[in-house]
Amino acid sequence: MVQSSLAKRYRSEKGFRAFGILSIAVGLVALSCLFVGIIGSGIGGFTQTKVRLELDLSVELLGITDTHNAEQIKDADYQPVVREALALRFPQVEGRSDKRLLNAIMSVGAGYEVQALMRKHPEWLGTKQTIWLTADDDVDVYYKSRKGKVLGDRLKEQQIGWIEELIAKGDMERKFNVAFFMSGDSAEPELAGILGTLLGSIFTLSITLSLSFPIGVAAAIYLEEYAPRNKFTDFIEVNINNLAAVPSVIFGLLGLAIFINLFHLPRSIPLVGGLVLTLITLPTIIISSRVAIKSVPPSIREAALGIGASKMQTILHHVLPLALPGMLTGAIIGMAHALGETAPLLMIGMVAFVMDIPDSIHSAATVLPVQIFLWSDSPERAFVERTSAAIMVLLMFLICMNTLAVVLRKRLERRW
Amino acid sequence: MKKVIAALACVSGFALTAPMAFADRDNISAVGSSTVYPFAKVVSERFARKGNFKAPKIEPTGTGGGFKEFCKGVGVTFPDIANASRRIKQSETDACRAAGVTEIVEIKIGYDGIVLANSKKTPQLDLSVKDVYLALAKQVPNPKGGDKLVPNTAKTWKDVNAALPATPISVMGPPPTSGTRDAFVELVMESGCSSFAFLKALKDSNPEAYKAACHVLREDGVYIEAGENDNLIVRKLAENPNTFGIFGYSYLEQNADQIQGSKINGKAPTFENIADGSYSVSRPLYIYVKKAHIGVIPGIKEFITEFTSEAAWGDTGYLAEKGLTPMPKKERASVAKSAAELETIAQFRAP
Repeated sequence: MVQSSLAKRYRSEKGFRAFGILSIAVGLVALSCLFVGIIGSGIGGFTQTKVRLELDLSVELLGITDTHNAEQIKDADYQPVVREALALRFPQVEGRSDKRLLNAIMSVGAGYEVQALMRKHPEWLGTKQTIWLTADDDVDVYYKSRKGKVLGDRLKEQQIGWIEELIAKGDMERKFNVAFFMSGDSAEPELAGILGTLLGSIFTLSITLSLSFPIGVAAAIYLEEYAPRNKFTDFIEVNINNLAAVPSVIFGLLGLAIFINLFHLPRSIPLVGGLVLTLITLPTIIISSRVAIKSVPPSIREAALGIGASKMQTILHHVLPLALPGMLTGAIIGMAHALGETAPLLMIGMVAFVMDIPDSIHSAATVLPVQIFLWSDSPERAFVERTSAAIMVLLMFLICMNTLAVVLRKRLERRW
Repeated sequence: MKKVIAALACVSGFALTAPMAFADRDNISAVGSSTVYPFAKVVSERFARKGNFKAPKIEPTGTGGGFKEFCKGVGVTFPDIANASRRIKQSETDACRAAGVTEIVEIKIGYDGIVLANSKKTPQLDLSVKDVYLALAKQVPNPKGGDKLVPNTAKTWKDVNAALPATPISVMGPPPTSGTRDAFVELVMESGCSSFAFLKALKDSNPEAYKAACHVLREDGVYIEAGENDNLIVRKLAENPNTFGIFGYSYLEQNADQIQGSKINGKAPTFENIADGSYSVSRPLYIYVKKAHIGVIPGIKEFITEFTSEAAWGDTGYLAEKGLTPMPKKERASVAKSAAELETIAQFRAP
């Protein structure tokens, strides 16, 4: 009897296990597809095509009349210097329209790069300098794809000729994309960076953490340690669990109604973003903190109370330190969740073009996922790889935060 | 009890002082159309790089959403500029006036063509607005004749017009919330619809029925609403050669190696054809400036000057490079002049 059913039970056991392995495999395949896709298209975003030009930083070209006037050197128009350098490099180019095409090889940011360098090295005035300057985004797309299927039909035949000539002479190369990490958003892909949005994320998250962690922990302690068990506290508990499942966009609407329409706070600032994200992460933190407090054995509380500690002393000296790792893990996971949030920020105006790098919690800013959303919607082809590069940065932050949560739990958590 | 009072005092104090604490906004704030967004973005950047003012913040909220924010009132917490892919409506000027926004400067910045594009792997189509109407309207005049509307059953382009290929009709486009969709319906569907005399007559006799006949797009899967992300549509077109997409000209221009615009009424959507008006599916773009904010928020006047400079919106300006179709030179001069004088729009002059 047992023998006859044994084979069948083994079989179903095997099937059950195979099903589990299959599920994990599906998950892993999906994840690796995502990673391969994003890394494949994003890795190029960390490099930028540059062109080496010999610049003639002469007084006449810059229209500087007083060589000792630092203001004049600072505010001079450096665009003509770049144009002149290109004209010297390709003396055969004539005619207005051809010259326009030639100038289009360089980014509009090239002039500003020269300006920034001149502010650092005013002694260069009147000399000749050979400098690597940023190329236009269309050139960037062409250069990166020219080995395979060439993208970027936007370049004219003459332009491709000039580019090939620059490449042949070694005057065009891919360099590490410093601008990507050191500047704010830009309408030109070759000048766009994530520093502004990264700072926006940091400001927003610091508000969120500094509000939601103390509030969440205090709520959890009260609910676990002090609150009587009655219908009212049950009602609160049900509602906290519900709030954790409410779509985040609704919190955005709430934030719009309260912080902007009622309190008249300005739109698009990290302060409001942080407040809204606080509302979103609060339920997560309360729930995980309660679990952490609950897992502290009652014997510890009883022992503390038994030797005469007050309730507050028991909680602060014994329960809280033991529950802290669990609470921190919850907070970090809540923060990681908040870092990836876009929808509620749409409502409070944080989805915007902000070029300046934010310097406080009340200057206009966006956050990393919003920047990704905005770039993915931009028509310029070169934004595709910048979008993926920004996703990689975001993923890196998420991986770091989640690893920290795991490490904290592993190292600090005590098993009873 | 004392603590409760103290807490209440804190909250109300915060509510009262918070707006004042942030009363020092020193960057321009613009909201509105996502079609104008890329253009406003470049102007903002060039304007800021000159180094005298902070970069204006541009929010892509959609034209309607932009006016809603813009018309909420006068003060630093409200935007200074509304970007729009259509003219401001009467209802919106009324809302503005009710909130104390009584003086608005309207500046037309150029044109945006709307294209019906497909992958370069398939041939370019030459469509008339009537073809597009017959292909995409939910209800069409009975093909067998007569003044009756019947549900649209056209499966291929050949069903619509015998001169077209027998490929299935499949068009991806924006949802009804989009300004691009509004403009497409108005410029293509309505004019295609009006080519039928009995429908044209309906416009005056029964505007409701006319709207139902002309404005409603098919819901049987032929017209696919693809969300506001035009890049997504472009990518889908490259994958599905038989699908057409509806979006702004700047996306066609940026992806000209993969997709091509269909000719409409015999004219291809090229820069020249949109500029001289022979390509009929194009609409004007505007920015609206709150006059009360000029002088309060630094740089608004200079920002207008930058926007209306030849270097920006001229024939070879940087906006043209981003896909904006410039106005004729004469019109540019007159708009720039009235913008410089901060002429407010007519509805606001008379009380």
